[in-house]
Amino acid sequence: MFAPAPFLLKDASVTKVMTQVCLALVPGIAAYAWLVTPAILIQLVIASLAALLAEAFMLRLQGKPQAIFLTDGSAIVTAWLIALAFPPLAPWWLVVTGTVFAIVVAKQLYGGLGQNPFNPAMIAFAICIVAFPALMSQWPNAGLQVTLVDQIKVIFGLAPRVDALSGATPLDAMKTALKLAEGSSSVGQLLANTEIYGSFAGRGWEWIAAGYLLGGLWMWQRNLITWHVPTAFIGAMLVLSGGLWLYNPAEFANPLFHLFSGGAMLGAFFIATDPVSGCTTPRGKLIFGAGAGLLAYIIRVFGGYPDGVAFAVLLMNLCAPLIDLLTQPPIFGMKDKA
Amino acid sequence: MLMNLFKFKGGVKPPTNKTQSLGKPIAQAPIPSRLVVPLHQSIGGTPRPVVQAGDRVLKGQLIGEADGWISAAVHAPTSGTVLEVAMHVQPHPSGLDALCVVIEPDGKDEWIPRQPLDYKSLAPEQVRERLQQAGVVGLGGAVFPTHGKLTASKTVPMEEMVVNGAECEPFITCDDLLMRERAEEVVRGIGIFRDLLQPKKILIGIEDNKPEAAEAMRAAVKAVGETFEVVQVPTLYPAGGAKQLIRVLTGKEVPAAKRSTDLGVQCFNVATAYTAWRAIAHGEPVVSRLVTVTGNVAEPRNYEVLIGTPMDELLKLAQPKPDTDGIVMGGPMMGFLVPASSVPVVKATNCLIAHSDKLFPPKAPEMPCIRCGACAQACPHELQPFEMYWFSRAKNFGKTQEYNIFDCIECGCCSFVCPSRIPLVQYFRFAKSEIWAREREKNASEQAKARFEFKQLREEREKADKAEKLAKAAAAQAAKKAAEAAAEGSAQVAVETTAAPVAEAAPVDAAKEAKRATIEAAMARAKAQREAVQPKNTEHLAPDQQKAADEIEARRVAAHLIDAEPAAAPAPASEKPE
Ligand code: SF4
Ligand code: SF4
Repeated sequence: MFAPAPFLLKDASVTKVMTQVCLALVPGIAAYAWLVTPAILIQLVIASLAALLAEAFMLRLQGKPQAIFLTDGSAIVTAWLIALAFPPLAPWWLVVTGTVFAIVVAKQLYGGLGQNPFNPAMIAFAICIVAFPALMSQWPNAGLQVTLVDQIKVIFGLAPRVDALSGATPLDAMKTALKLAEGSSSVGQLLANTEIYGSFAGRGWEWIAAGYLLGGLWMWQRNLITWHVPTAFIGAMLVLSGGLWLYNPAEFANPLFHLFSGGAMLGAFFIATDPVSGCTTPRGKLIFGAGAGLLAYIIRVFGGYPDGVAFAVLLMNLCAPLIDLLTQPPIFGMKDKA
Repeated sequence: MLMNLFKFKGGVKPPTNKTQSLGKPIAQAPIPSRLVVPLHQSIGGTPRPVVQAGDRVLKGQLIGEADGWISAAVHAPTSGTVLEVAMHVQPHPSGLDALCVVIEPDGKDEWIPRQPLDYKSLAPEQVRERLQQAGVVGLGGAVFPTHGKLTASKTVPMEEMVVNGAECEPFITCDDLLMRERAEEVVRGIGIFRDLLQPKKILIGIEDNKPEAAEAMRAAVKAVGETFEVVQVPTLYPAGGAKQLIRVLTGKEVPAAKRSTDLGVQCFNVATAYTAWRAIAHGEPVVSRLVTVTGNVAEPRNYEVLIGTPMDELLKLAQPKPDTDGIVMGGPMMGFLVPASSVPVVKATNCLIAHSDKLFPPKAPEMPCIRCGACAQACPHELQPFEMYWFSRAKNFGKTQEYNIFDCIECGCCSFVCPSRIPLVQYFRFAKSEIWAREREKNASEQAKARFEFKQLREEREKADKAEKLAKAAAAQAAKKAAEAAAEGSAQVAVETTAAPVAEAAPVDAAKEAKRATIEAAMARAKAQREAVQPKNTEHLAPDQQKAADEIEARRVAAHLIDAEPAAAPAPASEKPE
């Protein structure tokens, strides 16, 4: 007749959780639209629509209630993370492909909400950067001088992809410059170019990262995430980049640069904290976060990809069940000794 | 008094909803038209009825006798006539019936002669006995017979006695009002427990949202001249769980596998202490208790209610609103909907909440777990509810036990916070009951197996005995014959010398023979059984099919593929092992 106790329930729902995650992304998105390109807003819409359509289609195929699952907000979070991880002027079909793949394969084929072992947004990123490496590395040049209308035209393939678009992220630019220079120019000299690197990590990008940091702290304060993963992620990256920077400051950029460029902050607060594909025990979260931070640094500095967050998170997703199993905390009354 | 408090992990802060029922003092609920007093109102053995239909009983008269050490007596709540001793539905989630004494009150409310006791002059054993006879049980809801908790462990010194006045469940205020209005008797009751257990310290824990109760208790402690400490603990559900309160006040954690006495702590509810005092100092058995009546009612209030009062009659006093569609017994976190509104108030009934959809909106549909970990953060026993949920759902009960499902106190914190609206506690109850059922089944089947084996053994032995007897008889016969032959005088020495060994050897041979016979018989039985379970698709055949089958069979017999015998001798097939 009635559901059993507890009769009182906290006013909580998956939709609420997901909505708050989206809200937490807003400062970063605002900085993005303001300082780099408003085209990101277009991409957010494209990705959201693609995600909802793909989700609706899959739910229908599986005969699951669409109204409940479409409004749970999880598809929107995935969509936004994809949009924010992809180059803002990427052609619309690239974003759509990534999103559809994320929803259909990485999420729904694994059983839908709560069942995916890998972070769907990062799967989308990984698939697209492997399949379309050129398009996935075209970032708007610093101080982009293209009108929004032209940008939209570019996204929808109505205008040629002009030179102004074919830049790289500051992170990638740094790596390439160091490689090309082969010792003739140092990190310090490169960073002096505020046109690209802004005041410390990438013109515009450093403020986007700061926006994510702000949103992340808010999520922590709202108890949507715990401190473990971001702290471990940032801490690990800080230690590794700091160590190498101290060892050779001409060859390795300082920790601040690394933390505030590329996907570090987004990864630390919004991606590695994904509860479904991450670890759940406190110690497991620390290991997960630290592992992701270390791998992200290693891949972006020594690997073949401009940034390492996606692969780092996916690799850690792989280990998450085992880490959880090995880090089960002792329960009430069983803390002494064995 | 400054005291270092400890924290327990987890816990939640549901809206307390206590003010509604705090406005007025405790009222005496009128004697209802009929009282249905269940005999089994405490953990342990079911008391045996000592009255019959037609008996006149007085208030406080014994109607159910404690059955065993862990059991507590039951008494008539008022004077009247016993209408019947029969099965009636219980305020229990199972909705099962139990044996009840139904009494029609005569309205005189006439007491049995009450004998106040000076307990200090009694041996502890006698005090415990008295409490058991007075039906004193844990009134916090667990209804464990109180006397059973009043023996100090011989090995572990009793360090602290914790008195539970926390009352952390939302809506419930009966302990609060009891402490406000009858603090002195509570304190005196605690004194009895103290004298029996001799703890080093006595800590009375009250949630800090009940300052009046704490104040009243402090004053009473002082007035009585005791040294108990009244400690205000942070308001956090489930701070009133015995284990949580012990943790907060003493820092000790009692795991599921241990009793608190093993750690030198014992915990009693304030209402229990009150009834203990009434029982000893006034000779009044437990025939009533305080009940908060609240929820979807116009006049929420606390009542002193006779045990056995039908809940709907009690609820009427508080004027339930028209959309009331059920009664929750207990708090909104751990309570349950009673199976019928007419079920009686029992010793475990601390609160009745009139249920309506407005008060407790129907739950949103259950979503998949997103492993957000909110449940684990809220769990006061530091369990991983989502893992236990996963394995309960998958019916992988072994795994749920690895995740310590039996440490779950079913407090509901996890369900309370889950954004996916998963009724986690329900899954855990299901898993626990499944595990118990399987355990019972396993035991039962093991017993059955043992019984069967024993029976077989006995049969074999009987057969062997029989065979031996036969052999002995045969040997005796042979010996007799030999003796007769000897007596006839035609016997030769040679015969005599051989006859004796023959006579002696005969039992041995006969025994062997008998054994061989049993083995053969067993083999024959086994064969017959094998045949009995042969595929039966040849049973209901059409005549022509039967004919064809017979022909095949005949050919087989001709070819010596099988024996024709079984068909000819079907009799043994009916012999079954049982
Ligand atoms: S609170 Fe609910 S959704 Fe979150 S982990 Fe626990 S069971 Fe899963
Ligand atoms: S009901 Fe059990 S699992 Fe849930 S919070 Fe309470 S103790 Fe933990």
